[in-house]
Amino acid sequence: MISITARALLTAAAVAALVPAVADAQGRIAIGMQQEPTSLDPTSDATAAINVMLTQNVYEGLTTVDQSGAVQPQLARSWEISEDGLTYRFHLHEGVTFHDGTPMTAADVVFSFDRARAEDSTSPRRATFQPIESIAALDDHTVEIVLSRPDAFFLFDLAQGPAVIVGEASVETNAQRPVGTGAFRFDSWTRGDRLRLVKNADHRNADAVALDAVEFRFIAEPAAASAALLAEELDAFPGFPAPELVPQFEADPRFDVRISSTEGEVILAMNNAKEPFTDIRVRRAVSHALNRGEIIDGAMYGYAIPIGSFYPPHGPAHVDLTDRYPHDPDQARALLEEAGVAGASLTMRLPPFPYAQRSGEIIQAQLGAAGLDVRIESVEWGFWLEEVFRNKNYDFTIIAHTSPNDLGNFARGPDYFYGYEDEEFVALWDAIRTETDDETRLEMLRQGQRHITEQAVHGFLFQLPAIGIFRTGVEGFWESQPVLQLPLTEVSVN
Amino acid sequence: MRRLPVNLILGATLVALVAGMALVSLVWTPHPHALMNIGARFAPASDVHWLGTDQLGRDVVSQLMVGARNSMAVAFIAVLIGASLGVTLGLLASALGGWIEDFVMRIADIGFAFPTLLFAIMLTAVFGPSLNIAIAAIAFINIPVFARVARASANQIWTRDFVMAARAAGQSRFAISRDHILPNIAAPVIVQMTIEFAVAILAEAALSYLGLGAQPPSPSWGRMLSEAQTLMYLAPQLAIYPGLCIVVAVLGFSLLGDGLRDVTDPRLVRNRA
Repeated sequence: MISITARALLTAAAVAALVPAVADAQGRIAIGMQQEPTSLDPTSDATAAINVMLTQNVYEGLTTVDQSGAVQPQLARSWEISEDGLTYRFHLHEGVTFHDGTPMTAADVVFSFDRARAEDSTSPRRATFQPIESIAALDDHTVEIVLSRPDAFFLFDLAQGPAVIVGEASVETNAQRPVGTGAFRFDSWTRGDRLRLVKNADHRNADAVALDAVEFRFIAEPAAASAALLAEELDAFPGFPAPELVPQFEADPRFDVRISSTEGEVILAMNNAKEPFTDIRVRRAVSHALNRGEIIDGAMYGYAIPIGSFYPPHGPAHVDLTDRYPHDPDQARALLEEAGVAGASLTMRLPPFPYAQRSGEIIQAQLGAAGLDVRIESVEWGFWLEEVFRNKNYDFTIIAHTSPNDLGNFARGPDYFYGYEDEEFVALWDAIRTETDDETRLEMLRQGQRHITEQAVHGFLFQLPAIGIFRTGVEGFWESQPVLQLPLTEVSVN
Repeated sequence: MRRLPVNLILGATLVALVAGMALVSLVWTPHPHALMNIGARFAPASDVHWLGTDQLGRDVVSQLMVGARNSMAVAFIAVLIGASLGVTLGLLASALGGWIEDFVMRIADIGFAFPTLLFAIMLTAVFGPSLNIAIAAIAFINIPVFARVARASANQIWTRDFVMAARAAGQSRFAISRDHILPNIAAPVIVQMTIEFAVAILAEAALSYLGLGAQPPSPSWGRMLSEAQTLMYLAPQLAIYPGLCIVVAVLGFSLLGDGLRDVTDPRLVRNRA
């Protein structure tokens, strides 16, 4: 029995050596994804994986962002801004068609933005469209947008997933069958397994695109992700979830490990609308209870930078506020006692991401040391979106906020899942958005970070690193992550 | 006295080992099981940490001990609930007969069709993950098992002379079930319980491995295994120890169950002789 098995294994190995892996074929790439979205429409769902896979690849915006974070033209080939910063005139590329064959014209831009700013809009980022006063198609390829107030982030925001241009004919089915104008068209989505894109030969830059087919494979389990890479079933895993495995891949000549920072601030979110977090003493106590060094070492194996507020450390306006609430369980305990909630039982609902699960267990111990009894509940992503994000039914959760310029989250009022209401900050954020002088705006951004930290709205943990593992010879991925998108137009597999 | 079968002795020894670990953990563990010391993680075995520390610097021995307690508690409660309900149903079916018996047994067949894991995942989706849900799922799956065992054994007893005598004396079906049938089907039920214990420990480990059972910081062998999975390169021992514990516990209860059946089932005794 044993010898037969051994022979069968040897035969299998020999066959495997003769047949090249599918991924090796030129022009095809298999990319591992940790998170699988529940919808494929970035104009109605903020799930990061939608933007990673589809924004820039399947969907395009008027503008786009390059890997330095600078705004570049995309569907708009150029634009003019009036002296007062209120009127934007975009000139669109001609001859662009959606993947379903309908032409993309100025009317589609008007439709997309009107839909996003409508009363009943489902846009996950309505703030982008809020300054728009009017929008009009001057002709088939010119759009004029008039703002009610200057907006320093407007062009940048138009490059994000919520502002991509969608067609009226396909908008209803985008959640299952995305139709955009990008260099790749959607092919198929097998839920729980993979999503396939194929090259769009009609795209204006089609000649420059090296890949013919892209397969995103959803592998949530770090161990399974690592096995798939080692078996060379995957060519790349840009958001690799297991930092403890990095040394193994670094030692393997078949792989390149590339580590960069992201826009993802990881926070221990507290439901500010709910007892006991309505009391600032409780929120400060939680901040004092956290030991970031231990969290980063224990959960991220040291591959992360601590944050003291809600702004990425590589950003131009960053102020280091990690010392504002030094780790001090005694002070945390004293504050909790003062607020009368020492020994309270609270629930931490964790989304299924390793950074959250692992941090959660350490934070549970740290809060326990300060006298808070925290129960952990690991929940599915769909459940998290519904119960935590939409219904605000939670005490603590841990989540990375991967959108750029998202300090404005704290100005979103009690309807946002923070449950945080702060008129002073809303006024400050309005001023930041309308300030056109760069230096003044940066100074106000610093003030905003200090304000949020002073209010101890959440526990601020660390900046999520992007650990990318690539097969040697896979080139053309972004080296830095100014936005959480994964443009594949320059990627090649050798 | 007849010599005890080897599997009974071996099974009892392994079960005593695991049960001993679980009992001792109630009053003493080498270190507090949830105490983290991230500076001292992945420590090798030493005088202080007999089997070293895990990825958060927690003592592995303490975790395994408390894990044993959790596994045993889940298995015990789940099997007890499943057995009580299942045996009651089986006795009822056997006592009443006719369409009621058919109905109960067909319901049991339906119960058999539910895979434990999928059923637990369904419960978790509705109620959120917790140890209680794991217990409920394992208990539920055990009900039809015991219903079948109880009914099959009871049907045999119902044909015995002393039962006939009791019926002739006018004792009610329920009283006969309680006074005569139940004591006489105890042996196969206890054997089945021991075997189901092994299944329950395995099921608890699987559920915790999937994150549906014990929630942190409550240690569980299954969760220790899943956490150790990506650490195989750095610290393979963290997967080996809990894996070994599961093997010992499951093997122990299986052997014990087999051994008990060997000594209690008269047909088997005759066949062997």
